[in-house]
Parts: sequence; C-alpha cells; structure tokens
Amino acid sequence: MRFSRILLFAICMAASAWAQTGQKLYQFHCAFCHGKGDDGFAANLVTPNLVHAPTNTSLLNIIRNGIPGTDMPPALGMADAEMAEVASYVKSLGRTAPTSVPGDAAKGKVLFSSKGGCSGCHMVEGKGGRSGPDLTQIGAMRSPSNLRTSIVEPNAAMVGGWAMVHAIMKDGRKISGIRLNEDNFYLSLRDGKAQLLTIDKSATSSIQRDINKSSMPNYSKVFNAEELDNVIAYLFSLRGGL
Amino acid sequence: MRFATLFLTASALLAQTNSGDWLHFQGNVEGHRYSPLKQITKSNVGKLKLAWAMQLDRTDKFEASPIVRGGIMYISEPPSDVTALETRSGKVLWRYKRVLPDNVPFCCGKVNRGVAILGDLIFIGTLDAHLVALDASTGNVVWDVAVADYKKGYSSTVAPLIVKDKVVIGSAGGEFGARGYLAAYDAKTGKQAWRTWTVPSAGEKGTETWLGDSYKYGSATTWVTGSYDPGTNQIFWGTGNPGPDWKGDKRKGDNLYSNCLLSLDADTGKMKWFFQFTPHDLHDWDSTQVPIVADDLWQGKMRKLLLFANRNSFYYVFDRETGEYLLGKQYVRQTWARKDLDAKGRPTVLPNTSPTEQGNMVYPNSPGSTNFQAPSYSPSTKLHYVMTRDEGGVFYSGDDTYKEGSWYLAGRFVSKPGEEATGAIKAMDPKTGTAKWEYPLSSPSWAGILTTAGGLAVSATGDGDVVALDDATGKLLWKFPTGGKAFANPISYTAADGKQHIAIATGHTLWSFSIE
Repeated sequence: MRFSRILLFAICMAASAWAQTGQKLYQFHCAFCHGKGDDGFAANLVTPNLVHAPTNTSLLNIIRNGIPGTDMPPALGMADAEMAEVASYVKSLGRTAPTSVPGDAAKGKVLFSSKGGCSGCHMVEGKGGRSGPDLTQIGAMRSPSNLRTSIVEPNAAMVGGWAMVHAIMKDGRKISGIRLNEDNFYLSLRDGKAQLLTIDKSATSSIQRDINKSSMPNYSKVFNAEELDNVIAYLFSLRGGL
Repeated sequence: MRFATLFLTASALLAQTNSGDWLHFQGNVEGHRYSPLKQITKSNVGKLKLAWAMQLDRTDKFEASPIVRGGIMYISEPPSDVTALETRSGKVLWRYKRVLPDNVPFCCGKVNRGVAILGDLIFIGTLDAHLVALDASTGNVVWDVAVADYKKGYSSTVAPLIVKDKVVIGSAGGEFGARGYLAAYDAKTGKQAWRTWTVPSAGEKGTETWLGDSYKYGSATTWVTGSYDPGTNQIFWGTGNPGPDWKGDKRKGDNLYSNCLLSLDADTGKMKWFFQFTPHDLHDWDSTQVPIVADDLWQGKMRKLLLFANRNSFYYVFDRETGEYLLGKQYVRQTWARKDLDAKGRPTVLPNTSPTEQGNMVYPNSPGSTNFQAPSYSPSTKLHYVMTRDEGGVFYSGDDTYKEGSWYLAGRFVSKPGEEATGAIKAMDPKTGTAKWEYPLSSPSWAGILTTAGGLAVSATGDGDVVALDDATGKLLWKFPTGGKAFANPISYTAADGKQHIAIATGHTLWSFSIE
C-alpha cells in the first residue's frame, strides 16, 4: 500500500539534468519534502548526526535506495557521482549553525507531561504512552516548523498511510485502533490498550478508516504562544543521544 | 561417460517442446497469457503448495515473466541479467551477468520484463539499449548489437517478441525525449531487418501533428511487449506518452504516433493502420498495454478482433484486419474526458484537466487505470482479464527545456491527498465493454493476470498475496501470502517431472507452486 505512493513520488522527483552541483540536485530531488533542510515536512537535515545516516556510506545508501517502509523514496536519474554530490551537500547542512528556536526547553518539558498531557500518548526515553509516535529522537528527525504544525494543526503534518480504524464485527463487537497493516484479507491494529490485534476482514460488517486524520487533539487552544514555543524547544532538543 | 549422458539429456530437453512450455512473454504471440494446462483445476487448487523459490541477490524491482521450454526456465533478473533454472528444484544452471556502463538512463527502476527464446538462443534487451543473444545451453553471448545509443536516453526493458525468424524489440526512454521505435532483428545473425519509428522525422507525414520541431523529442516509446497475428501477418504494439510528459505547450497538436495502437506488417515493419487513444496526452498515459488478438462473435458475426484495455480508463475493441473502431467504453473512474467517445473513438477532453503550475486534480492518476500489468484472455470464457487501479492525482506542469540524455518531464504529479488508492481485477466482456465480475483489491497491484484451462485466473494482490480466482465468477479459491509486492506477471508450465506449476515473482523472489 505504502510502496505505490513511494514509487509515484519517486517518479515525479526525477532529475532535470545529469551534471549539476549538489545543491541544485538537492533542490530538484530533495527539497520538495526536506525544504531547505530544516523547514520541510520530511526529516530535519540541519543536524550533525542524521538518525538513519550516521556515516557517509549510510547516507549514500539511503539516497540510492531510499528507506523502505517510510516515505523516503530511492533517488532516480542520478549517477553515482551526483549522489555523492548530494550527500556532500546534505552533510554540509549539518555543519551549519544549529537552527535556533525561541522558547525554554526545560519549561517545555514540564508542560509536555503536565498541562499538555502529551506523555499520556507519547513515549520519550522509554517513559510515556504507546498510542502516539515515540518522540525520543524527534528533534533530530523533524524541523521546528514541522513540529509546530504537528501541534497546532495535527492533520496537516501526517505521515502517509497513517490511519485510525474502527471495525464493527458481525457479532456486534466494536474494535478500534491504529492501523498497522491491511491487506485484502486481514486488518492489523494496535488498540487503546496497546494490544496487537489482527481481524479477519470477512468477519467484519464494516470498517471505517480515518485516513491521514490524526487522533491527536489540536493544541492551539491549549497552549498560549509562549508555552507553544517552550514545548517546541523541548521537542527540538530531543535527540536521543545523537 | 556421465558427463556425456547429462549432455545428451540437456540437448534433448532443449529441443523438446510441448503444451507445457511457456514460449513467449504472454505464453503465445496472440498475447493471451493463457495456459492450456489443466492439472490444476478449480476443485484441486486449494491443495496448491510452494514447490520452490529462487531469490535474487539484489533489491531492484523484479518485473520479469519467465520463459519455459523443455523443463528449463529462463528469466531475466534486474538490471539486465539472465538466469536458467531447473524446474523441479529452482536451482540455477547458469547466469549471464551484464556489466552496464555508468549513467545508463532509466525511468522507474533498473528493471527488465523478460527474455525471448528461438532455437538455441535466448534474447534480452538491456538497460544500455542493446539486444543480446545468448546460447541457451551455456549463457554465452552469441551476438550483441546496439539497438540505440543509451547516451541519448534510450534503454530497453521490454521482453522481446519472436515473430517467425525475427526478434522484435521495443524502446524505452519516453521520460528522456528519446524518439521511439520498434525494431526487428534476424534471430540468427543479429542483423537489423527493419525499424519503424513511432514519431515521424522531418518531411514525413505526421510532423504536422507536432508544433515546430517538437517531434524531434517526441518519445512515444514501446516498452511493453506487443502481439502478433499469424493469420494476417500483423504485429500490434502500443506506444507511449509524447515528450515531455506533463506540459504540451511546445508540442501542440495530436502528437502522432504517441499513445497509439500500431498495426505493422511483420515482414517489413510498414505501418498498416493506427489508432490514437489519447491525442496530445498531458498525463503520461502511455498506451503500452498488451493488445489481445482474439476471434469472436461481434454482433452476430465472427470477426477478427483486437482488444485493448487502456491506461486512460477506456476499454476498446477493434477489427484488427482493417483497424475499424468497434467499441470504446469507460471501465474505470475518470474525470478527464466525456464518458462517450465520438463515432471514431476520439475522446472529448473536459476543461481544467491539464497540468498547471498550481496543480489540477484528475482521475486517473499518472499510473493510470491499468499499466504494464499484463492482461489475460481466456478462449474458454472469452473474457479479457485486466488489473485495474483507481486513484486520483494532482498534476503540475514545470520546466520543459530539452537536453539530450536528460530527464524530459516538464512537471510532476502526486497522489490525491487524503485518498487511498484501490484496485480490482476485472473480467471484461469484450462484447459489451463492461466487467462480468470484479475482484476488489484493498490496494492497487502491479501484477499481471494468468488464466488457465483449469478455470483459474491467477494474480497477486497489491500486498503480495498470490491469489487464484474462479475465472467465471471471480470467487477466491486459493491464496499464498508472499510478503513482497508484486511487479511481475504469472505464468504456468510443466516442470521437468511432469507437474503443472504456476510461477510469479514478488518482492525479490520467484515462486513456483504445484500440487504434491
């Protein structure tokens, strides 16, 4: 299901020329998702240590092959030398001054687990809920602007393929959760109690899929502007040891 | 002594052919992807088990459909390699590994869709646009010719088609402005017999359908195998999108012979007739689907028909002798044209459906309603089985500067936000242009379809479950979860031990199933 999206995206991200500089190649291949490096909706690249690419070799490998199971597609239409140029440019982004964010991370940390109630759903360094994504490395993966969008407009910052599902079984039972996999025959999900369930679709009378709809509430009314800055500063500081 | 015995056995196998062979990309030259074998039936398919698997040692997409003759299977592996396999065990007998130059152009993965066989030779088109003949016994290169110059954006991913003593090979490179062609080579010598360009050159008829000299970069490549009618000695082959893909300002006009069905004389390559499905295409809806040669009753009279399920969401039937347009009907959701084609089968394009800088939402998306998934035609049910996808796309136009050997897209597309694509296997009735049944898929599949005399329609879901359906009703009879996405087409053959097998590649593995 996901792969076809990645493929489509890969095709449309094709190169405009063989021999260009790393920055120009980056503009064509990468900027659609990564923006300037720290303002896109894909991974934040203005960081000295990339989560999936700690070394030059692993970065080249990711550019060449993508990251299976994520929205990162393999590069198309780039020669090896050009991929090396892009890798070199991406590495140079990590050597620039770290993106500065307003706000107080320490205050944000308190808000995260108190007023925000974020840890009810999100785990950080092994502590917290399991219904939302683990945020231990979120500051190394997402830009501050993307983090802000995720908080004040959760539906606008969704990762492709994410869905809450609500199944009604033929025997009347109702089962809801986060979809982990779905094929023609089975639907697998994690329910509110963090149980992993797989349903035989032929035993259901209906399945509702909230596609690309976040189950996270909109926090624009919960936090004031200063609190929001503090929470973003905290999230951006979460590098998971990177 | 022992070696001599083995050698004789191998020679005997090479020479032997029978109904359990799978000799062409589509099984036969008529494009049916239908097996006359009936060991595996509707009633026993439930007992189908994995007999063997063969795994690739690389992660490129595995799009190949195998050839089988005399108990030996020949299959291409990405990017341009060929492997011979023993069919009881799946063990490799030889491998041809092609060393490719750096910077070979390719659109959508380093892929190859299959090999062809004639006599003692196996043929493969390569990513560097060569046609290579290999010794079927050893994998040694017998001849190797450059069909086109890869530095100009050409490549070859298509399974060649054997027509009498010739090897017919198509072109790829439609995303690089490479002028398309279909070419035939003498199988024994590798000498070119004919070449038919799919875009006219200066002074030729058809250039008036291109603004200025835009025909020079007109694409219209031929990257999926066509078919052949021995009765009328015609080759039928579909052509791809005009270049550039998503912006047409510089190529105003119908852009012949892009997005066409071509009928060519098999001996000379001369065009007998053509039909253009999508004039002045702006959505990359290549008409490179496999044409089906079939004889059937048409309004009470037996006719030589040609069936074509197109990427543009319309289903077509032609008289293949004359090229007369008999039927055109929408068979998958679309929003780009009026539902009714005109009397000659030409679509009426609706306003606000062209790509723009801001984006325009259209059904179907660029991958279309069907694509390179091979269709099947069963002479028993007289139905045409088509893998379809249902998805909208947002189309953007962009820079349309041409540079030799470089991408020539002039835009991009994204899937319609907030929508999950679905698909269906549809059993089309050519008499009405409607589906007799359809088997819905929770996500679209890139697998083709096989039908068999045992009454089965075999394919794979978008999630990599190989499925066998009742060819008359679409009822699910058997399934096998492979855990890898399918981009390939299933075949059926008789293995060296006499058992009927069904084989398909998914993920990076070729699977072969039989009943114990």
